Amino acid sequence: MLPFDFDYYRPETLQEAVELYQKQAGQGKQVIFFSGGTELITLGRIDLAYVDAVIDIKGIAECKIIKSEGSQLLLGSALSLTQIEEANPFPLLTKVASEVADHTARGKITLGGNICAQIFYREAVLPFLLADSQLMIVGPEGIKTVQIHEIFQGQLQLKRGEMLVQTATDRRFIEAPFYAVKRRQQWDTGYPLITLAALKIGQEIRVAISGLCPFPFRSAELEAHLNRWGQAAESRIAGALSVLPKPILDDVEGSAEYRIFVLRNLLYDALSVLEGSRV
Amino acid sequence: MALQQITLHVNGEDHNLTVRSADTLLFVLREKLGLTGSKPGCLNGDCGACTVNVDGWPMKSCLMLAIEAVGKQVTTIEGLHNTPIQQAFVEEFAFQCGYCTPGFIMNCHSLIEQHPDADGQTIKEWLESNICRCTSYIEIEKAVKSVLRKD
Ligand SMILES: Cc1cc2nc3c(=O)[nH]c(=O)nc-3n(C[C@H](O)[C@H](O)[C@H](O)COP(=O)(O)OP(=O)(O)OC[C@H]3O[C@@H](n4cnc5c(N)ncnc54)[C@H](O)[C@@H]3O)c2cc1C
Ligand code: FES
Ligand code: FES
Repeated sequence: MLPFDFDYYRPETLQEAVELYQKQAGQGKQVIFFSGGTELITLGRIDLAYVDAVIDIKGIAECKIIKSEGSQLLLGSALSLTQIEEANPFPLLTKVASEVADHTARGKITLGGNICAQIFYREAVLPFLLADSQLMIVGPEGIKTVQIHEIFQGQLQLKRGEMLVQTATDRRFIEAPFYAVKRRQQWDTGYPLITLAALKIGQEIRVAISGLCPFPFRSAELEAHLNRWGQAAESRIAGALSVLPKPILDDVEGSAEYRIFVLRNLLYDALSVLEGSRV
Repeated sequence: MALQQITLHVNGEDHNLTVRSADTLLFVLREKLGLTGSKPGCLNGDCGACTVNVDGWPMKSCLMLAIEAVGKQVTTIEGLHNTPIQQAFVEEFAFQCGYCTPGFIMNCHSLIEQHPDADGQTIKEWLESNICRCTSYIEIEKAVKSVLRKD
């Protein structure tokens, strides 16, 4: 139960959702798109979030799609992580998503909600960064399709009133060999520390990381070091670690030094798994 | 709009209710419908004590607004009667204080419904969503495995 009241809307079309948002915002109201809603429900209860109106996007068909179209896989932003895992159209995403929260909570947490969340893990974005996916965004100016790297810098740079509708991912990335692992501080179910997702496309290894910096990222500089094939794995990894974005998280879950130690091991594992599949 | 008239379908019956948009399903089940089997624990999605079944899948009712459950079939522990998983919990002594039990049973019930042939890894993945303070985990695992085997 949340300690404040808000209006709840459940539009059935994208246009209706965008118009509702504009209307509410135009009246000076604090309004949000609500997908799984777990962020508002958990943070609102302890007074760390407040809204006057929510627009639940789960009734919009475009946001619930799982579909292959031409060479692309389309995934709606309001699909729950469990729906994605059960259908398993993108094995790397299934693997990464299956490490978010716990199984029951993933029946509520959605793809778009995780990508757009305030929490810094947002692991579900990693496969899309690796796959150079396209994002369909709708807003007051209509629908647009944007390359993920143009709009995801640490977080999705949406303008007010814009929402993520779908991701579109090319099949060749979906079929590419991958490696993904989430290291936790304690036990199997403790708090997350670092998630690393890696993919091999042709001879190139790509890596995306969450839980190292206060934002998930993929770095061309880091990958350039990892892909220096003539060199030994140690020096490639050392090179990669020398160009990490800043700041490195340094908190009760893990010191900066420890996080880098964990990352070094994960990079070794990723290289050995993916180079093993080199053809 | 902060108050809404809704119909909730719970344990096979329709209930017409006035709820705040901000009310969680857990709150409405307990305080408006008197279904106190779903337990409040962390209220933060972490413990699983509040787990119910929504359209066949487990749901932490503290993470869902009541209004999001409109048009869905909600089953709480009060809606299960002598199911094999309930009997297995008794036979295996899969509880001590019992506070976590309704949540565990609802999660196990959903698992049996969705994956009657679940393997050990799937069972573990699903059951990790619930916490038992008295650590009856081994007995709980035995209970769920005995039912899956019978299936
Ligand atoms: C038990 C539990 C465990 C958790 N563990 C993890 C974890 O391991 N890793 C992790 O990253 N997070 C974790 N979280 C946090 C949780 O993942 C985020 O709150 C969740 O990802 C948000 O998903 P949601 O679908 O509920 O989003 P919502 O709460 O609906 O939305 C989150 C934010 O994104 C915005 N938004 C939602 N959808 C869209 C859209 N389509 N377009 C534009 N904006 C949108 C919303 O306005 C809101 O600001 C956990 C939460 C719980 C309750
Ligand atoms: S009370 Fe809902 S998960 Fe703890
Ligand atoms: S039996 Fe006491 S919490 Fe599980």
